[in-house]
Amino acid sequence: MSGPDKRCTEDEVVAELESGMTIGIGGWGSRRKPMSLIRAILRSDLRDLTIVAYGGPDIGLLCRSGQARKVITGFVSLDSIPLEANYGVARQNGTVEAEEWDEGMLLLGLTAAGWRVPFLPCRAGLGSDVPRLMSHLRTVRSPYPTNFDGAEEFEDLLAVPALELDVALVHQNLSDQSGNAAWMGEDPFMDDLFVRAAKKAYVSCERVVATDELASQVDVTRLRIARMDVTGVVVAPNGAHFTECQPDYGRDEEFQRRYAATAKSDEAWQEFRSEFLDLDEAGYQAKVKELQS
Amino acid sequence: MTTDLTRADICAVAIAEAFRGDGERLCNPIGNLPLIGGRLAVASFEPHMMLTDGYYTLMDPTGPDDVPPINLPEAERLASRTVAHWNPYREMFSLLFHGRRHVMMGATQVDRFGNQNIAAIGDWNKPRRQLLGFRGAPGNTINHTTSYWVPNHSPRVFVEAVDVVCGIGYDRAVELGPVASRFHEIRRVVSNLGVFDFEATDDAGVRVMRLASVHPGVSVDEVVEATGFELVIGDDVPETRLPTPEELEIISRLDPKGFRFQEVPAS
Repeated sequence: MSGPDKRCTEDEVVAELESGMTIGIGGWGSRRKPMSLIRAILRSDLRDLTIVAYGGPDIGLLCRSGQARKVITGFVSLDSIPLEANYGVARQNGTVEAEEWDEGMLLLGLTAAGWRVPFLPCRAGLGSDVPRLMSHLRTVRSPYPTNFDGAEEFEDLLAVPALELDVALVHQNLSDQSGNAAWMGEDPFMDDLFVRAAKKAYVSCERVVATDELASQVDVTRLRIARMDVTGVVVAPNGAHFTECQPDYGRDEEFQRRYAATAKSDEAWQEFRSEFLDLDEAGYQAKVKELQS
Repeated sequence: MTTDLTRADICAVAIAEAFRGDGERLCNPIGNLPLIGGRLAVASFEPHMMLTDGYYTLMDPTGPDDVPPINLPEAERLASRTVAHWNPYREMFSLLFHGRRHVMMGATQVDRFGNQNIAAIGDWNKPRRQLLGFRGAPGNTINHTTSYWVPNHSPRVFVEAVDVVCGIGYDRAVELGPVASRFHEIRRVVSNLGVFDFEATDDAGVRVMRLASVHPGVSVDEVVEATGFELVIGDDVPETRLPTPEELEIISRLDPKGFRFQEVPAS
C-alpha cells in the first residue's frame, strides 16, 4: 500500500520541535545540509538545543543565534573554509558546551541508537583525549579472549554510547510524498542512520515524485530511507543552499564567504540576519536568485 | 641537481618515501603536499597502493600517467579519475577500522612521542583557539599507520606536550598496552626542514622522535632551534635524498599550478 501524504512546510516541522530537544542533522560539513529547516529554526524561539552532526554551517548558525546549548560532533568545518568561525567564537567564549568525538565514534553512536542497543564497542578514541575530556565515556571489557603473542587477553574497547535523538533533519534529492527517499550524489553521508536514531525524522528534498516513479529515477541501492521512519516530508528545492547538494547544485561559495564573515562582529551578524534570515523560505530563495543573477 | 630544484620538491619526495613498502593498501594523504607526495609514490615506486579521489571513491590509475593532478576543477576531477571502489564516509570508517590504510595528516602541534593536535589550542574546555575538532585522528592512529606533514616547522608546532591529544603517540600507546595498541604506528613526520621517524627510544624504552634527515640547505642546528623539545640526533645526520629527474617531471605534472609553493615557498 502507498503511504500517507506527509508533506508539510518548514514552519510546520519547527512547530513540532521543543526547546531542550536533541536534534540530529544529516549531511557532512558544508554538504547537503537541510538548510531550509535550519533557517526555520533560526526564525523560531527554540532554544537550549543539543545538536548532533558532522558539523558545518548548521552548527555554526545555531551557535551564532545562541539556540544551541550543546553540540556533539566529530568536527565543524565549512570544507572550502576549513574552520567554522561562528562555532570557534562560541567555543572560545564558552557560550556552547561541546562534546567532540572521533568521527568514526559518531557513526557507531548513531548506529547504536538505530539498533536500540546502549552502546557499540570500538577501538577509535582509546588513548586519545576524547575519553579523558568527555569523561562520561566508558570502556567495556570484551567477554571474548583475544589471542596475542601466544597469550589470551580480554581487550578493553571504547563503549560508544547510543546517540538517541528526539528529532532528525536530513535533506535528500528525491522523495515520495510519504518519505521514501533517495540521495543522488556519491555519498549518503549518515542521513539514514540519523533517521533511525531519532524518535521523529523529517526529510526535506529537492523534489517529490510518485512512489511508482522512484525506482525509475534512481538505482534501488539509493533508496535508503523508508517512510516507516519518516514523520514529515518538506519539498524544498534549493533547500540545502548554500551548502552543496550533488548532483543538483554545488556549494554557493560566494554566499558561504558572506556567511562566514558574520563571525567578525555582531553588526555583521545582524546585517546578515535581517537580509537573509528574517525572511520566510520563499523570500530567502528569491533573495538568493537575485544575488546569483 | 637542476638549478630550479626547490624545497617543495624535496618535501614531495620525502613524503612519497614515507609510503615506501606499503604495498597493496590505501594511500591516503591529506593536504596539498601530502597529496603530491602520495600520488608521486603511487606513480613511481608504490604502484599497488590505492588512492582516494579526495571524496567518495578510491581510484586505481591504469598507469603512472593516469594518476591525476591535485586540486582539479570539479568537472575535470570527475573526468580524470579511474574509479575502482565506492568509498563514502561510512565505508572509509569501515576501511580504516579494518586497517589497510596509511594516512598522512597535518598537525597543528606534535610532540616527541608523536602525539598530534588538530582540535584546539589552550585548555580544550575553553580554548584560546578552536581548531577543527578531533576529526578521524584518534581512530586513525589506533587502527593503522599514520604519518604527519608540517609545512611550517617551528617551536609552536613541535612542542614539548600537545594541548589536546587527537592522534595518539607512542607514550599513549604504551599506556594502553601491547594488545590495544597493536595496530598503532607513527611512521614518519615530514616538515619543511627535515624528516623524522621514531627509530629511537627514551630511557623508559618509549619510542621518541628522531631526526632522520635534514633537507639539503638545512643545518641540524636550524632544526634543533625550530623544535620545542629535545630531538634524538645521531652522530651523522644524512641529507634527505634529492628528487630524480623522472620524479621532478611527475611532480610538475601532478601540480602544474604550483600549489606546493603555497605551503613551502620556492625561495
